[in-house]
Amino acid sequence: MKNFTSRLTIRDRRAFVSGAFFLTVAVFFYAVALGYTPGTTARMGPGYFPRLLSIVLAAIGLFVMAGAMRPAAEIQRLRAWDLKGLLWVTGSVMLFAFLLYPLGFVISLFVLITVSSKASPEFTWKGALANAAVLIALCVGVFVYGLGLKFPVWPTLFN
Amino acid sequence: MDFFHNLAIGFSTAFQLTNLVYAFIGCLLGTLIGVLPGLGPLATIAMLLPITYALTPEAALIMLAGIYYGAQYGGSTTAIVVNLPGESSSVVTTIDGYQMAKQGRAGVALATAAIGSFFAGTVATLAVAALAQPLAATALLFGPKEFFSLMILGLVVASVLSSGPFIEGIGMVVLGMLLSLIGTEINSGTQRFAFGIPQLFDGIDFVPLAMGIFGFAEIVRNLEPHGDISLVTQKIKNLFPTREDFRRMMPAIFRGTALGTILGVLPGGGAVLSSFASYTLEKKLSKYPEEFGKGAIEGVAGPESANNAGAQTSFIPLLTLGIPSNVVMALMVGAMTIHNIQPGPQVMTKNPSLFWGLIVSMWVGNLMLVILNLPLVGLWVKLLSIPYRYLFPAIMVFCSIGVFSINNGTFEVYEAALFCIFGYMLMKLDLPAAPLLLGLVLGPAIEENFRRAMVLSRGDSTVFLTSPLSGGLLAAAVIAVVLITLPAIRSKREEALKE
Repeated sequence: MKNFTSRLTIRDRRAFVSGAFFLTVAVFFYAVALGYTPGTTARMGPGYFPRLLSIVLAAIGLFVMAGAMRPAAEIQRLRAWDLKGLLWVTGSVMLFAFLLYPLGFVISLFVLITVSSKASPEFTWKGALANAAVLIALCVGVFVYGLGLKFPVWPTLFN
Repeated sequence: MDFFHNLAIGFSTAFQLTNLVYAFIGCLLGTLIGVLPGLGPLATIAMLLPITYALTPEAALIMLAGIYYGAQYGGSTTAIVVNLPGESSSVVTTIDGYQMAKQGRAGVALATAAIGSFFAGTVATLAVAALAQPLAATALLFGPKEFFSLMILGLVVASVLSSGPFIEGIGMVVLGMLLSLIGTEINSGTQRFAFGIPQLFDGIDFVPLAMGIFGFAEIVRNLEPHGDISLVTQKIKNLFPTREDFRRMMPAIFRGTALGTILGVLPGGGAVLSSFASYTLEKKLSKYPEEFGKGAIEGVAGPESANNAGAQTSFIPLLTLGIPSNVVMALMVGAMTIHNIQPGPQVMTKNPSLFWGLIVSMWVGNLMLVILNLPLVGLWVKLLSIPYRYLFPAIMVFCSIGVFSINNGTFEVYEAALFCIFGYMLMKLDLPAAPLLLGLVLGPAIEENFRRAMVLSRGDSTVFLTSPLSGGLLAAAVIAVVLITLPAIRSKREEALKE
C-alpha cells in the first residue's frame, strides 16, 4: 500500500504543471475546433488540422505529466513568481497603449518610463524623472522627426 | 562564371554609398543593443525593425543583416568581458573568454573573436554564394510532401537543441502551431479561434509575441534579485595576439569555420549548435586539454568562428527554400514580408540585386565589425556600467514603440503585454520559447503543405514515408530523436545546454 502511494506522488511539480498546461490548452483548442468542419484527410476542412494538433498536444501533455510521477523523476518544486515586478512591467506597457491615443506620445512615454521604473528595487523619483527626460527627448527626435513614424505627439485636445 | 557574375552584382549593390551607410548603422546599432545584458539578436532585431520601415527593401535587409551580426558580436563582447553571454551562441565563449579576461588578456580574447569571426564570415559568405543557386534549384524539385517533411525535420532538430527535455520542446512547437491557426483559414475563409475580435483575423503577429517573451518577460526576470555581475575592471590593452597566440588560434579558426558553415545549413541548426560543437571538438583535439576552462585561446577562437559561420549560412535555407531554420531567421521572414518579399527560391531570380546584394553585405558587415569593434571595445564596456534601473525602462520604450509601429495600432502593444505574462510563466516552468516561435512561423506552411500533399495522394498519409526524399528527411528526424534519447548523449547535451 505504501509502495503504491509513493509511486503516484508528483515528484517533479514543474514538469507536472507544464504537462497540465499543454493538456489544458489542447482541450480548449479541441473544444473550439469542434465548431469547424473537419472534412476528410483527402479534402481537409478548417477543423482538420486544429483537431490533429490538439490531440498531439494532449498526448504530449499527458506524457509529460506521467513522467513527472515516475519514481525516477527528479524532485522539483514550482518556482516563486515576482508578481510585483511583473505587474509594474506589464501594467506600464498597457498604460502606454491605453494613453497613447488620447494623450499623445510624450505623456504616454512619460507614464511608461516612470511606472516601469517602479519595478526596480532601486527606484528613486529623481533617477526615474531624469531618465524619462532623456529618453523622451531621444525618442521624439529619432522616431517622430528622424523616422517620421506617425504618432500623435501631444494630446488630441490641443490639435 | 555565374558565380563571379553574381558576386559582381552583389558588390555593385552592396557598395552603393547609401547601402554602405545602412550596413554601418546596422552594425553599430546592433552591437550597441546587443552588448546590453539580456538582449540577444532576436530582441535586438525586433526592436530595431521599425527603423527599417521607411527604407527600400535592399537597404532594409542589408541593415537588418548588419544588426544581426552586430548583435551577435555584441554578445561575444559581453561574454568575454563580463562573463555574461548576450545570447545563447556565445555561452561557450564565457568559459575560456572570461578566464582570459581575468588573466588580463581580455583584449587578446576580443581580437581573437574578431579575427575568427571575420575569417569565418568571409568563408561563409562564399559558401552561401556558391551553394545558393544549386540549392534553390533543388528546392524547385520539392513538392508539398517534401516541404512538409523538411519543416518537420527542422522543428524536431530545433526542439532537440533547445534546453530542457526534448518532449517539452516538441510540446512548445505544437503549441506554437496551434497559435498559428488563429485567424482566417485561407481555403474556406473560416475565422478560426478569433472569437469575433477583428484584430485577430490576420492571426497572431510574430513580433508582439517575441517582444513579450524576449523583451518584457526577460526584463522581469532580470529584475529579480540575483548575484551581482562582476565587471573586469582593468583597462583593456594589448589587443594584439602574440605569435604564439596566432599559432594556436589559426587551426581552431579553420576548424570552427568549417564546422559552422556545415552545421549552419542544417534545419534547426545555426549559431548555437555550431559553437557548442566547435568547443567540444577543440577540447578533444587540443594538445593542452587541461587549459580548457582556464583561458585556452582555442576555446575562444573555435566557437566564435563557428557561431559566425553558422549564423551566416543559416540564411541559406531561408533564401533558397523559404524555410527559417531558427528564430532569428523566422523574424527575418517577418521583416521580408513587411517589404513585400516572399522568401524562397524565387527571390534570386526575381530580385537578383537584392539577393546578391544581401549576401555581399554580410561580408561587408563582418569587415565593418572588425574595424568598428576593436577600437570601440572601451565604449561598449562603459555601456555595461550603466545601472540596469536606467537601462530597462529604455529597453521597454524601444520595444513598445517597435510593437506599436507594426500596424500603427495599440492592439499589438496590449498583445505584447499579455505575452509578457505568458513568457514569464514559460520561464518559471523552464519551457523553451524558441520552439514555440518556430512553430508559430512554420505552422501555416505546414498545414498548407500537408493539405496539398493529402489532396495529391487522395488521403493516403503513408506517402510521407514511401516517397524517398520525404521519407529520408523524416528518417533523419527520427534519428535525431533516437540519438537524443540515448543516455550517453543525453547527459552530454544537458551539460552543453545548461545555462
